[in-house]
Amino acid sequence: MAEMDTMTQPLLTVEDLKMYFPVYGGVMRRRVAQVYAVDGVSFTIPAGRTLGLVGESGCGKTTVGRTILRLYRPTSGRVSFDGHNIMTLDRGALQELRRDMQIIFQDPFESLNGRHTIQEILEEPFRIHGIGSSADRQKRVPQLLERVGLSRNTLTRFPHEFSGGQRQRIGIARAIALEPRLVVCDEPVSALDVSIQSQIINLLLELQRGMGLSYLFIAHDLAVVKHISDRIAVMYLGRIVEYADAATLYACPRHPYTRALIAAIPVPDPDARKDQPVLAGDVPSPMNPPSGCHFRTRCPYAVERCRNETPGLRPVPNGPDEQHLAACHRLEEIGAS
Amino acid sequence: MNDVILNVENLTTAFDTEEGQLRAVDDVSFFLRKGRNLGIVGESGCGKSVTALSIMRLLPKPAGNILSGKIDFKGTEIISLPAGDMHAIRGNQIAMIFQEPMTALNPVHTIGRQVGEIFSLHFPEMNDSDIRKASLEMLKKVGIPEPLKRMTEYPHQISGGMRQRVMIAMALACRPDILIADEPTTALDVTIQAQILNLIRDLQAETGMSVIFITHDLGVIAELCDEVVVMYAGQVVETAPIRELFHNPRHPYTRGLLTSIPTLDSAHKKPLKVIHGVVPSLDDLPAGCRFENRCPHAREICSTAPPPLVDINPNHAAGCYFAKDLTPWKPVNTGSGDNNG
Ligand SMILES: Nc1ncnc2c1ncn2[C@@H]1O[C@H](COP(=O)(O)OP(=O)(O)OP(=O)(O)O)[C@@H](O)[C@H]1O
Ligand SMILES: Nc1ncnc2c1ncn2[C@@H]1O[C@H](COP(=O)(O)OP(=O)(O)OP(=O)(O)O)[C@@H](O)[C@H]1O
Ligand SMILES: [Mg+2]
Ligand SMILES: [Mg+2]
Repeated sequence: MAEMDTMTQPLLTVEDLKMYFPVYGGVMRRRVAQVYAVDGVSFTIPAGRTLGLVGESGCGKTTVGRTILRLYRPTSGRVSFDGHNIMTLDRGALQELRRDMQIIFQDPFESLNGRHTIQEILEEPFRIHGIGSSADRQKRVPQLLERVGLSRNTLTRFPHEFSGGQRQRIGIARAIALEPRLVVCDEPVSALDVSIQSQIINLLLELQRGMGLSYLFIAHDLAVVKHISDRIAVMYLGRIVEYADAATLYACPRHPYTRALIAAIPVPDPDARKDQPVLAGDVPSPMNPPSGCHFRTRCPYAVERCRNETPGLRPVPNGPDEQHLAACHRLEEIGAS
Repeated sequence: MNDVILNVENLTTAFDTEEGQLRAVDDVSFFLRKGRNLGIVGESGCGKSVTALSIMRLLPKPAGNILSGKIDFKGTEIISLPAGDMHAIRGNQIAMIFQEPMTALNPVHTIGRQVGEIFSLHFPEMNDSDIRKASLEMLKKVGIPEPLKRMTEYPHQISGGMRQRVMIAMALACRPDILIADEPTTALDVTIQAQILNLIRDLQAETGMSVIFITHDLGVIAELCDEVVVMYAGQVVETAPIRELFHNPRHPYTRGLLTSIPTLDSAHKKPLKVIHGVVPSLDDLPAGCRFENRCPHAREICSTAPPPLVDINPNHAAGCYFAKDLTPWKPVNTGSGDNNG
């Protein structure tokens, strides 16, 4: 996809997206608080490219993915897909758009209806969108299955008869059935074995090349994300803290959180055992995030200013390009590693 | 060999199922040295947890049974031990942290009560205030912030990393000789995983306990373990000291595992090397080598009979006909092809 012009309008543009979930409590079931699951997130995905979204459990990755597909109605913000503002679409138009935007779920088991055969599961998208005759589908479903590396004689089987990796392939087959343009991959390999993970990653890469797909690739394994992504956004408690080219992000991470995440990856090399201190503490609750910089309670560089002022994403000083952004007051003092 | 604290010999454990009797663990042997950390690695379903549950004698009954083998714990054969004696060993001398902390913790009891129960069970002479003090001490030791407050909370009120710490606190409460940790960090974030690995390392240094660490993550193995057992489809395919395993792997499956992990150095967006195909299912095992259908080195002999474990050196063995003939190992994942080995 190197020849693809990234200067044209991005396929997906997300601007200042916020998604707060209400929390109800008390005898009156009144709204007592809210979860700041996504708190002002902006990014773009050009056609044929992959944006990786990483961060620890609960930082809002899945919520971002679901909100841009309008599975949730966002609290505020703009999402436009191929020039359409998807926040203002009516049901019919949204349904139409869903053909172009699909999702692959984290848990390949929960996401497939256990009472349906693979044939039925894979026919469903065609049926929902009224595409092709029954005879047509009989032909296309087996092709789809082979496309994701499964044999066509598994069509009459049920999801529980497949391994996790095979179920994930079925989930992928369902997602690409209607030849979408954007696929949100929500931790598609997290539940899989390493040897199977790499098969699925290769499949996703190959489908991207073959179909020109764009991906929003959500994961918490940074090595996997680095491998598959063109750009990467690192999230912490509902906000993007660093946003850069995949190679740049790993070669010179500038946000203290990104650095901590990278340092914590276990390296499969017994001679590279790490003795450096690990990031202490837990992620605070998104119901009551720290004031100012959300990361300050775990940050070794935090100063008074971090408590009082929310750092915005800005180009990193002396960065390789103005596309490398980080949200930290102290980028200058911390410097490039 | 007298520093061997646990010796598992030819362990075979099977489940009675509708498909017949399935050998989830088939002729598995390894040993654990005092104060050392043994890693068991392999993909889902290869028999890691069943091996651990066999050692603990906690197999789901009546389906799961040890068919044969010996497990020697400090000179005592524990497979044939009466249930009461085994109960005394379990928890007291061999403790286990389970794969899913939420199912292992009781949701309706406070953290304080659950940790306390361990003490009252194993140290009947302790009174309530001793138990409270000891529980608090233990929670502090595993790095739980505000332990006094946590004691009054329920499992769902604390984070996954915190729950795992509580599990570790409970497992260590009675100062076991052996801690079996079954994927204690798999469900956790990397920064929390790093904290837990540090914690296990520190506690091990302090108490001198031995650890069996079960994982499917070779990165975690490299961080933590002294010796490694690689399992595949119910069998041990390679055992070696940690450096030897990473620098001179002798089983094609181990090599495949090592090359299929994407690392920060993998060639961007290029196909990763993969192990093709899938693990054979336990009810449909081949007559020969179980890895044969996925192995880039397979030849005719591989499908005739199971390969024996070949000694590479006194500490290193691999279950492959060609264990000694494989080319020297070059640890690269440049993503330029899909071959392995
Ligand atoms: N439907 C919902 N109602 C209320 N709170 C929600 C809902 N969905 C998510 N949340 C909360 O929003 C926050 C972000 O959740 P989200 O699932 O987006 O995180 P994530 O980054 O995908 O985490 P993980 O890595 O565990 O999948 C969490 O605190 C979560 O509990
Ligand atoms: N109660 C049971 N009844 C029947 N078969 C079982 C039972 N428990 C486990 N098995 C089978 O035994 C084999 C080994 O399972 P085990 O749980 O030891 O795998 P594992 O290596 O721990 O995998 P994972 O990484 O997924 O935890 C699997 O094929 C599994 O399906
Ligand atoms: Mg999620
Ligand atoms: Mg297991």
